Amino acid sequence: MTKHHHRVAGWAAAALAVGALAFVAAGCGGSSNKSSSGTTSASNLPTSIGQGEGKLSLVAWEGYTQPQWVKPFEQQTGCQVTSKYAGSSDEMVTLMRQGGSQYDMVSASGDASLRLIQGKNVQAVNPALIPDFKNFIPALKAPPHNTVDGVHYGISLQWGPNTLLYNTSKVTPAPSSWEAIYDPKYKGQITVPDNPIQIADAALYLSKTQPGLGITDPYELTQKQFDAAVSLMKQQRPLLKKYWALASDEIDLFKNGDAAIGASWPYQTNTLKADKVPVKDMIPTEGATGWADTWMLSSKSKHPNCAYQWMKWVSTPKVQAQQAIYFGETPANTKACPIMDSLSPGSCEQYHANAPASYFDSIKFWKTPSADCGNGKTDCIDYSKWQQAWTEIKG
Amino acid sequence: MAQVVGEAGGRTRAARLRLSAAFWRRPWLRAGSLLVPPAGAYILVYVAALAVLFVSAFWTLNTFTGTIEHTWNLDNFRTLWNDHTYWRIAGRTIGLAAAVTFTDILLAFPLAYFMARLAGPRLRTVMFVMVLLPLWSSYLARIYSWRLILSSDGALNWWLSKLGLPDQHLAYTNWAVWIVFSYIWLPFMILPIYAALERIPPSYVEASADLGARGRTTFRRVILPLALPGVVAGSIFTFSLTLGDYITPILVGNTQFIGNVIYRNVLGLSYNLPFAAAYATVPLAVMAIYLILARRAGAFEAL
Repeated sequence: MTKHHHRVAGWAAAALAVGALAFVAAGCGGSSNKSSSGTTSASNLPTSIGQGEGKLSLVAWEGYTQPQWVKPFEQQTGCQVTSKYAGSSDEMVTLMRQGGSQYDMVSASGDASLRLIQGKNVQAVNPALIPDFKNFIPALKAPPHNTVDGVHYGISLQWGPNTLLYNTSKVTPAPSSWEAIYDPKYKGQITVPDNPIQIADAALYLSKTQPGLGITDPYELTQKQFDAAVSLMKQQRPLLKKYWALASDEIDLFKNGDAAIGASWPYQTNTLKADKVPVKDMIPTEGATGWADTWMLSSKSKHPNCAYQWMKWVSTPKVQAQQAIYFGETPANTKACPIMDSLSPGSCEQYHANAPASYFDSIKFWKTPSADCGNGKTDCIDYSKWQQAWTEIKG
Repeated sequence: MAQVVGEAGGRTRAARLRLSAAFWRRPWLRAGSLLVPPAGAYILVYVAALAVLFVSAFWTLNTFTGTIEHTWNLDNFRTLWNDHTYWRIAGRTIGLAAAVTFTDILLAFPLAYFMARLAGPRLRTVMFVMVLLPLWSSYLARIYSWRLILSSDGALNWWLSKLGLPDQHLAYTNWAVWIVFSYIWLPFMILPIYAALERIPPSYVEASADLGARGRTTFRRVILPLALPGVVAGSIFTFSLTLGDYITPILVGNTQFIGNVIYRNVLGLSYNLPFAAAYATVPLAVMAIYLILARRAGAFEAL
């Protein structure tokens, strides 16, 4: 009797083990299928949004996941949102690459999105599931920073310029050029982002002030142009109070009187103004670098339905308007303009939501510098060199 | 059923007896099996981690795909050797660690001396609590409070202007980093010096006085040499803690130290772990040399 029992138990265990192995194998096969299809073709895209998984984990820029629009989303969809702020595109790429399935989505700027696509860290998405996609400005429907060979790797969100921020009581007369952040007059009062892409700001300034260098695109620099930008930043270094890492750092610097002028995002201006700090921002005559952000879906996401719900939600005119006003940027959805004005009169015009396409074209959007200069030559400085130079600039 | 249990119980008891007999016959076996869990944890968690760190320093990162290539090479060390920036950063870090250590010795010695040899038991208890109390609060909160103290519109400048003195501009400079490091590591210097001073028998001081030595001579020739191991022990803490910390420079400074470069290579720049590992061998080597020197000074007897 007992012997027989033992034998049955043995067989059952063996069957279970085989089953488990088969399951694991199926699981492996399934996941590898998924990742390969997700990166090469768009044929396996979902055609409808299923039941939410109850959770959504985001990597975002500070100010992109405010309770104002996250709370109603959680109530409507049951997807509980957790978000981690990243201070730079490099940090976002690292978090998505090393986080595994920990993060579902990332609000990647143009200098991170292509790196994430090439690294197969994000998967293709189906814009047909986002009803508001048809209302996006044409330039952001399939921009080169998130759409490769006609495959969409995310849904555009918002865009805007990097601005020159200054304390109106300490900086007079008002600056009009980026020269101000390289000016010894403001020694010890300047702050710029702790981010290698800041070299492009120096290149943009040089493209206007030293036309002899022949800089046309601040992200496509030859060795000579790159050296000039790096040397400008090395001259700037002793004038700086601090390289800021997070937006809240710069806010502290201006609030505590440590900085009076610096390179910034409109978000800091809005926050400081709300705190009654006398600040103003502007786009200097040389123009500005800027960002165009995309919500991208991790290739290892465990909550894709909640992620699609989120893309749908943040594309709606109301959330687009709320975020645009909160952060001080321009929505991708053209229908957001009237709602912006109803929330805060004049904000549609203030944040250029009704500006012509030429305004969009005037901003030099962040992109990842690569050796390919776009003109058939490959003698440009690639991003790893920018990163090395950044360590050198900071000393 | 009961018989089965009894049989099994008898068998386990016999096994237990055999085992204890074996332990009794071979004491090394007993000591060995007692040591296996802690030694295993030490080797696995500590030594193995260091070994992996050292091995990965000889790998490289493919910057395009972000994957680590497991081929042996010296590229990371070559970059570190050839780029003056990394030399400067290492020099700055070691210099700061030395400055902080020196400052803490100057601050801690008189205090520890007072606590160990002059203060009454109650005052000594109060001082002990005061020294240890900051360690109970968050390290980040203490650094942030220094940020508020040193900022342009901060507490220090407010006091200075009340006293009619000119403003200081220490915020986000290496001076600020030096001040904050000296402050946060001070208890780690006070305690070993206190322990060393307290251990000096009063009879030594009396004997020195009986032989005609004045206070200063006694201090120089009796107390100081006997307290030196404590000073060196404290300096091991302050030096190594400063060498490895990267949060303080991020929050109150504006220059890079070894820890910041490693941090940026791990999170921030490129997830270049091999390069970070290569640079991490610099403080390891510095600390190894320091510990050898400290051993010569007899610091390990004072720990």
